[in-house]
Amino acid sequence: MQKQSIFQSKLLPYALVAPQLAIVLIFFYWPAAQAVIQSFLLQDAFGLSTTFVWFENYLELFKDPAYFAAIVRTFAFSFAIAISSLSFALLLAVMADKPLRGSTLYRTLLIWPYAVAPPVVGVLWVFMLHPSLGVLSRYLRAMGVDWNPLLNGDQAAALIILAAAWKQISYNFLFFLAGLQSIPKSVIEAAAIDGARPMRRFWTVIFPLLSPTIFFLLVINIVYAFFDTFGIIDTMTRGGPGKATETLVYKVYTDGLLGGNLGSSAAQSVILMVIVIVLTGIQFRFVERKVTY
Amino acid sequence: MVEEEGFQRYLAHVILWIGIAIVAFPVYLAIVASTQDNAVIANGQMSLLPGGHFFETYYQTLFVGTSGSTREPVLNMMLNSLIMALLIAVGKIAISIISAYAIVYFRFPFRMAIFWIIFITLMLPVEVRIYPTYKIVADLHLLDSYAGLSLPLIASATATLLFRQFFMTVPDELLEASRIDGAGPFRFFWDTLLPLSRTNMAALFVILFILGWNQYLWPLLITTRDDMQTIQVGIRKMITTTDALTEWPVVMATALLAMLPPVFVVVVMQKLFVRGLVETEK
Repeated sequence: MQKQSIFQSKLLPYALVAPQLAIVLIFFYWPAAQAVIQSFLLQDAFGLSTTFVWFENYLELFKDPAYFAAIVRTFAFSFAIAISSLSFALLLAVMADKPLRGSTLYRTLLIWPYAVAPPVVGVLWVFMLHPSLGVLSRYLRAMGVDWNPLLNGDQAAALIILAAAWKQISYNFLFFLAGLQSIPKSVIEAAAIDGARPMRRFWTVIFPLLSPTIFFLLVINIVYAFFDTFGIIDTMTRGGPGKATETLVYKVYTDGLLGGNLGSSAAQSVILMVIVIVLTGIQFRFVERKVTY
Repeated sequence: MVEEEGFQRYLAHVILWIGIAIVAFPVYLAIVASTQDNAVIANGQMSLLPGGHFFETYYQTLFVGTSGSTREPVLNMMLNSLIMALLIAVGKIAISIISAYAIVYFRFPFRMAIFWIIFITLMLPVEVRIYPTYKIVADLHLLDSYAGLSLPLIASATATLLFRQFFMTVPDELLEASRIDGAGPFRFFWDTLLPLSRTNMAALFVILFILGWNQYLWPLLITTRDDMQTIQVGIRKMITTTDALTEWPVVMATALLAMLPPVFVVVVMQKLFVRGLVETEK
């Protein structure tokens, strides 16, 4: 696409793009290139010499069972967060889509958690479910659950998933509501005239028409679970106990910061870049398709 | 009209209120905890009703900070967060709108190449290039500075794409009309395009402000001085001390203060927020 009517100037357009280009080159391309280069280098223990080692950092990673476990864990977290948050949000959106009194109030009361920062989400949930002083922990113990996410890895994972899904409900709710409102009422009425009950109408008419939104949100939620959970994990469990809640992004952080293993950390960053590019690619292709039909 | 029996409608109200309660409960708990005595909370005896320490806790949080771990007044952290969020939002909008203007309204060598260079940044969040970016910011002596906090987060294409899309929908006749009036590129931008972009800018500002205010990993890495901490970083430092010493009422008050500005923005500017959210995610 191209404007027909334009200005003529030799230097002005360059001056206009210069600030953004400078920032993007210095703070985006330069570090991204550094990460790629760094991932092919091996530094000795004292940081005195570096050698070019081709794909050794990558091979080390793929041979490392801990890294493999982190990949599996991250994807498991992502799907658990996405599915629990999406299904709860869909239920609420379907209810809020009905012609109810006070529907704008409902919307307001459901969308605000979008604005809560991940570390704050972590703090709120860790307080609520703290093993010794958490209010909900009392009830869990009263029900006979041996609740201690500080020691039990599965419980820590469940805690992260719940907190992360909680934060994402509002976002999914908004997009589901928009998706539901764009479904023509005539289609639903036609199904009703054919005698389809509400539940049947939902699964045979509304749900299929909503599938573009669901797919879009699934990708967005997975990307969210990859990156934005960092703040939640860091305030709640710090990747522990053991490595039970260490995701790929958290591992990049700890390996680079604490381990000082920059080559490996850089290789991990590059792998993450590839994953994000693939996910974004899927999403873009899909959005293109949605525009054309 | 589709039939909506009374029972169906009643059920919808009940489910929505249960949803709202689940969403609000952790925050309610924080409000209650911020008004109670720390010793009671630490014993696991916290009541589910507000206590009487409201003014005490918030005074201490805002102007003194925790007595043990960080000792940094939260008001100062909020100021740092505010400056960072405003720099990110205003900076990104400013550099994006002018580069989108150049890309849409001028034809020049490497135009598409520059567009793609900016476009690709859409794909990679700061998390995946965190240490090399840290090193560059350190080399530029920008650690513990507002520029270091905001510049790397400004390097992204969302706003540029949005303005480009919007400019493409502006009718060509407007440019021709202002050209007949003798307007050059600056006048046209300032008198015609900018006023037309107001709603887009406002929607984008709302989203960018929230994203900026909520940044965590980047400020965590590049601020070492306590007085440069943002509130999101500060809150984590408050609970790093051994559990017994954590001052939970102060922590919870800080959590509430940390969510107050962005939640306020979402609730008060709901229309702009929804619009910005839908447009930036497309």
